[in-house]
Amino acid sequence: MSRLASRRTSHGPGAELELIDAVPVRHPWRWVGAAVILLVLILVIQSMTTNPKFYWGTFRTYLFDVLVIQGVGWTLILTVTSMIIAIVLAILLAFMRQSDNPLFRYVSWVWVWFFRGTPVYTQLLFWGSVGALYPKIIVGVPFGPELFSWDTATVINATVGAIVGLGLNESAYLAEIFRAGLKSVDNGQMEAAEALGMRRSKVMWRIILPQAMRVIIPPTGNETIGMLKTTSLVLAVPFTLDLTFVTNALASRTFLPIPLLMVAAFWYLVITSVLMVGQFYIERHFGKGVDNVTKAPVKATAAVAAAHAKPIDPADGTTEGGKP
Amino acid sequence: MTDTASINKHEATRVKPLVEIQGVHKLFGDHHVLKGIDMTVRQGEVSVIIGPSGSGKSTLLRCINLLETISAGRIYVHDDLIGFRDVNGKLHDLNTKQIAAQRREIGMVFQRFNLFPHKTALQNVIEAPTQVKRQSKAAAKLKALELLEMVGLSDRANFYPAQLSGGQQQRVAIARALAMEPELMLFDEPTSALDPELVGDVLEVMKNLAKSGMTMIVVTHEIGFAREVGDTLTFMDAGVVVESGNPRDIIANPQHHRTQEFLSRVL
Repeated sequence: MSRLASRRTSHGPGAELELIDAVPVRHPWRWVGAAVILLVLILVIQSMTTNPKFYWGTFRTYLFDVLVIQGVGWTLILTVTSMIIAIVLAILLAFMRQSDNPLFRYVSWVWVWFFRGTPVYTQLLFWGSVGALYPKIIVGVPFGPELFSWDTATVINATVGAIVGLGLNESAYLAEIFRAGLKSVDNGQMEAAEALGMRRSKVMWRIILPQAMRVIIPPTGNETIGMLKTTSLVLAVPFTLDLTFVTNALASRTFLPIPLLMVAAFWYLVITSVLMVGQFYIERHFGKGVDNVTKAPVKATAAVAAAHAKPIDPADGTTEGGKP
Repeated sequence: MTDTASINKHEATRVKPLVEIQGVHKLFGDHHVLKGIDMTVRQGEVSVIIGPSGSGKSTLLRCINLLETISAGRIYVHDDLIGFRDVNGKLHDLNTKQIAAQRREIGMVFQRFNLFPHKTALQNVIEAPTQVKRQSKAAAKLKALELLEMVGLSDRANFYPAQLSGGQQQRVAIARALAMEPELMLFDEPTSALDPELVGDVLEVMKNLAKSGMTMIVVTHEIGFAREVGDTLTFMDAGVVVESGNPRDIIANPQHHRTQEFLSRVL
């Protein structure tokens, strides 16, 4: 609720300009709303702190427990590595889907159809039992002699199974997000780049994808935060070191599920908050040239000053290109 | 303007046609857009194409650098058959690499500029030389700054397209196309998306380019530009060339009634 300070300013030689000093519209109900929200908040906090069944002492004991912190670490590792696999695959799948090559288009379509069409829990169970299905991984000539072989259980252990299972499933969802992003870029961009003699793959990577990232990042952030919670399904593999499994195990050991749920919730919230900060910076990076650009000053001298003040040096390789 | 004069390196072959369009047809499904276009553009010539919207003039331009594929006829640029390989009279599609190579010789300027919004003016200009011609960044930058100077925008090198006016964006787009040192420049209604007071700057750049000896095909509604700069004027309507010749003659004394009608509406 700010009011423009009443002031007179000189405008041109000898002229006096009176600026408008209007009374802004008042919004009393906003104050009422804020008061109600504050009251509810106080009540919730009061009830949580005074209710002994929350066992805040237990919460404090286990919040920084070694097993819990390790669980946080493993959950982070699962989230980040499976998302990296998913993003790399999704870029590939989205490019394939836009390709002139029908083989690429069909393969990409079938991949998305399959991994999106079966439950992630089932896929994780499969990766856990692949060792039973195929005890050995054999490299050799098809229908001919074998060259190398490994025990499946050592190659695809629980960690690899969990990461691969989550990553492949997620790649199908992300592929659609990336496809939508690529489609959102104006067709003229492709034409302009192709008219300059750029190959299609180069155009996709350097021109189309960096612009598509503006559209791709918010839903991908969404998916990453979703993945953080989906990692709790890895007990299907079975992988037993993640945050949910560890806190559940501790809960059944102490017979106090509520404080340990609170511990898990607390850490999920912390990780989500960190991810959101990361997303802010990534969005800002890919929004350059489009979001929050100031109009150029009119005077040439001022423009030069502005260009120098704002360090956008094209010689600096980090400011361009589209590596997500 | 010595830098752009050097682009025109085929002075000796001045009489020889650089662009030959022979009986070109274009169909979009059942829609017959180009109905047998013949046209010749000699080295260093400025060829202006006018005509009502939907006459097929933009489509013709887009066929020359393979943004569209022709349905019948032949297009040659510098004796190179555009888009196909002729093997004993049977045409074979070019692969993407060969198409990209042909496009490198032909610069294109679009109605809607199509600058890369995530790159500064300078980055826009050096993109193709560094990525396609594999020039060093330093060399490409030097050349790019020269080109931006030529279009009067050296003080805007580090601005993003969104920070530039339409006229400035279009001049950056011209510099970007020239950076690949093409032997032919195509302009697809380069001033149609501009505010009237910004048209002059772009036309001025194009005029200087024409003076430097660049071969240009310009689709435009700027009759003044056609009269002043054009070596030939082609009037197209409904997918055919209605009239073609000296721009001053045609504008002053159009032979065909459709040309008369069109000119009376735009002049």
